Amino acid sequence: MVDIANRQEKAAPQAQSAERKPLPRWVITLASISILLILWEIFGRRINPVFGSYPSAIAVAFWELAISGQLWSALYESLRPFLLGYALAILIGVPLGLLIGGFRVAEAALGIYVTAGYAMPLVALVPLLILWLGLGFAVKVSVVFLMALFPICINTWLGVVAVPKTLIEVGKSFVAPDLVILRRIVLPATLPYIMAGVRLAVGRAVVAMVIAEFFTTISGLGAVIINSANNFDTATMFVPIIILMLMAVGLNWLIGWVERRVAPWQAEIAGRDRE
Amino acid sequence: MGEVNFLDVSKRFSLRVDGEVHYVQALDRVSFSVRDGEIVALIGPSGCGKTTALRVAMGLDASSAGRVTVDGREVHGCGHDRGMVFQHAELLPWLSARQNVMFGLEMKGMRGTELHETAEKYLDLVGLKGSQNRRPHQLSGGMKQRVGIARALAIDPKVLLMDEPFGALDAQTRESLQAELLDLHGRTQKTILFVTHDLDEAVLIADRIVVMKNGRVEEIMEVPLKRPRPDLGVVRGTPEFAETRYRVWRAIHDGVTVH
Repeated sequence: MVDIANRQEKAAPQAQSAERKPLPRWVITLASISILLILWEIFGRRINPVFGSYPSAIAVAFWELAISGQLWSALYESLRPFLLGYALAILIGVPLGLLIGGFRVAEAALGIYVTAGYAMPLVALVPLLILWLGLGFAVKVSVVFLMALFPICINTWLGVVAVPKTLIEVGKSFVAPDLVILRRIVLPATLPYIMAGVRLAVGRAVVAMVIAEFFTTISGLGAVIINSANNFDTATMFVPIIILMLMAVGLNWLIGWVERRVAPWQAEIAGRDRE
Repeated sequence: MGEVNFLDVSKRFSLRVDGEVHYVQALDRVSFSVRDGEIVALIGPSGCGKTTALRVAMGLDASSAGRVTVDGREVHGCGHDRGMVFQHAELLPWLSARQNVMFGLEMKGMRGTELHETAEKYLDLVGLKGSQNRRPHQLSGGMKQRVGIARALAIDPKVLLMDEPFGALDAQTRESLQAELLDLHGRTQKTILFVTHDLDEAVLIADRIVVMKNGRVEEIMEVPLKRPRPDLGVVRGTPEFAETRYRVWRAIHDGVTVH
């Protein structure tokens, strides 16, 4: 029997060896960034420094902010509410999405708030949040939390709905209780969707953090943006903006790395290359 | 022991087509039985209700009327007395072959070394001991279905229910798995009820064949082939095989004019 198995069937090939080695992805990305920076440098220099800036000027501004220590304290002040709000959004958004997707009653009762909440013009609500929570740390956390919560929750919810019915029937046929099916079948099957939601939320959380810093106590990286803009110091203004964008890219990469760790089968099934 | 009885089982589905509600009589007073240790094939054209019958027996669907019993006990929902083999194996893609087999055992409450040993024993039984750490996408279609069979057998059910288990496989793999299933049956003496649309498969494997049409049992036929059937190639050459195959074919195509 074993013999037949080995002779007649070979396991699906793991990965097809490429005949011609394509350019690694990071090389392409690096080339793209270099071209952008060079073009920006060339054309940026021709513009009045109040209306625009260019990479070398921004690099000088970065250096000045860095050695004065202003950058690091601003970064620390921004990251604290950002990370807490973002973490809370994951901790609450994922179970909430599982609940809404997994149970008909929860979907009917709560789904509408989540859908509506996703489109909520949060900026308009910030003054109200200030009335409730004051101008400090708490209100910043809550703004980041509210912006990040909904994409995570909705994605998790959609993921649960997309779980193949037959996989759930496998659980049922082995008499798995509902909660075990949720934890051992629905949750892992939903993981790719959850991770996509967590990624989407990074961008929204970064925007939320800056909004919070503009509208409440002016602090952190948001304060650096506002103050330098008010002084027509455009180069300095770009420093936190670029840092925030780099942070979002970095977090995205980190999440991708975590995803490959917790859900390695996903990339393998899709046959994506792992760079 | 493992005896299955269908007693006047009916099942009606409603479905909405362009705003109109249609009723589909998937099962219409279906009665037949599967004796202990017997292999019974359910066969019929697609939409005849064979898969629904199997799902009702598993407890995944409830019947509208009538009942299914296993060893005299009426089926209400799923139970460890029945093991299901799904059409496309339906392994959990994030678990290795061994963990997939362990999943069913854990649901039965098995823990510790017994859990690991039992899972390995059944993977060995289906010839996959060497591949037990592979995940489903690293297994071929035939290997996946072997894991599916091991997963169902491992919980030591009274009855094995199989829903077109080899339907999605290529012809060669299907033939080797058919032989392996008979071999497994010889060793475990499990009662097996399986759904198929493949005439050859029904005749080669089953002791009796239940032909279904439009939700009704059309005919129940004995297969006059002795057990064990160690070489299915030889079985295919016997006049009994050809004759039974023709009888089943007639039963399925009855009323259809053949030119």
